[in-house]
Amino acid sequence: MAVKRMIKYEVERDPQFAGWVAGVIGGERIRNCIQCGLCSASCPLSPYMDHTPRRLIHMAREGFKREVLGSFTIWLCTSCYSCTVECPRRIRVTDIMYALKRRAIEDGVYPKRFPIPVLASEFGAMIRRKGRVTESWLILRVFLKTAIFRLLGMSKLGSKLFFSGRMGLVPESIRDRKQLQTLLDAVETHKEVAA
Amino acid sequence: MKRYLYYPGCSLRGTGKAYEESLLAVFKALDVELEELEDWNCCGATAYMAIDEMNAFALAGRNLALAEKKKLDLVAPCSACYLVLNKAQRYIKEYPKVARLLEHGFKAAGLTYTGTAKVRHPLDILIHDIGVDQIKARVKRPLAGLKVAPYYGCQIVRPYATFDLMYYPVSMDKLLRAVGAEIVDYPLKTRCCGGSQKGTLPEVGLSLIHILLKEAGRRGAQVVSTICPLCQFNLDAFQDEAGKKYGEVSMPVVYFTQLLGLAFGFSAKELGLERNIVPAKRVLAKFEPAAA
Repeated sequence: MAVKRMIKYEVERDPQFAGWVAGVIGGERIRNCIQCGLCSASCPLSPYMDHTPRRLIHMAREGFKREVLGSFTIWLCTSCYSCTVECPRRIRVTDIMYALKRRAIEDGVYPKRFPIPVLASEFGAMIRRKGRVTESWLILRVFLKTAIFRLLGMSKLGSKLFFSGRMGLVPESIRDRKQLQTLLDAVETHKEVAA
Repeated sequence: MKRYLYYPGCSLRGTGKAYEESLLAVFKALDVELEELEDWNCCGATAYMAIDEMNAFALAGRNLALAEKKKLDLVAPCSACYLVLNKAQRYIKEYPKVARLLEHGFKAAGLTYTGTAKVRHPLDILIHDIGVDQIKARVKRPLAGLKVAPYYGCQIVRPYATFDLMYYPVSMDKLLRAVGAEIVDYPLKTRCCGGSQKGTLPEVGLSLIHILLKEAGRRGAQVVSTICPLCQFNLDAFQDEAGKKYGEVSMPVVYFTQLLGLAFGFSAKELGLERNIVPAKRVLAKFEPAAA
């Protein structure tokens, strides 16, 4: 067994990352966290996480960038808002999780072939094109990119859904796609200007 | 006659079709008119916020801008839609940087946003605008003896709703009691169903699904009543798989509007009950109208 240093030195932390977290929408009160653990206790996904929400919040505000962005925790969050509602310091934990997901995708550090970021980006692409989501196509595209074998295993359920009329294959779309795209593009352009 | 704008959202046009069918039937029976919001777009759900925050607000914002022109309250039955639309409105107000950025977008797209649209849930409308007495008066076939676990899931009373209790909501309980059903105490009523985790991390999603179903059975429920298309889909479509992995469960999962509709005298077909994967007939057949 190799002996390994388990604790970080001050200089190895990333103060810029800590500052960034405190500046995201929902992160403004992160320094008020008293580490009570109500977020972790109320989180239905805690048992599966490598770092519980309480720990992740602490690591994030102290600048443990690599550990936080590489954590499974952020991808396990289902946005059920239990933590946000429970937090006695009114920290919007769910919003912080969203910000960490976006940062991990931007920095390209999410686990490869991990389907959650794939679902998110396929979802986004579909909305940009059509303005609406057609669930059947979305599921199909995600599985094709991540777990084609599991898709085959689901053919029985798929056909049941199809025959009960719950899996329409006709793609949904809005009429004024141009308006939506203009809106999204304009927000994007000004975001870059503001940054 | 009461009138509202109606925002179906993507799920009610797909896997949650039965929610739309039963909701429209119930509202019509109560003399409430729903006008579909013209050219509505996807709310962005939980996924879009993980890619682009400002555009997620913009997506919701377009719907809110379209709605406010009509000067009617907007009814959003899907929990994700309800949450996202309310959250966007709240954050545009709370965070000037969001408001400033969206203003550029709205202007370019020829939209006007003032933040006056009111986004509401069918539970809120039924309890507060219609009232339990009206609903009672409309009952043709009481659901006597039917034991129901009322399952609200997350994203409806959490974190922004004000129409019900955040930790232990009771609006659906009251509605179902009004049509004669018996409500079992179900402490997991606001616990998360796993959302899209079933698709992405199956073992995690299945476990959450199984806990919810098993507990409903243990509490004596014959049927679980939901208010969200994703909850219904998870608990219904993956019940078989969850049962195989974590132990046999058999529990029909329906929309609360389907139960109200049955009590109002609609047929299983009119309410989309035949679309269930776990058949609901076993427990609901006796409340269906006799075949003509």
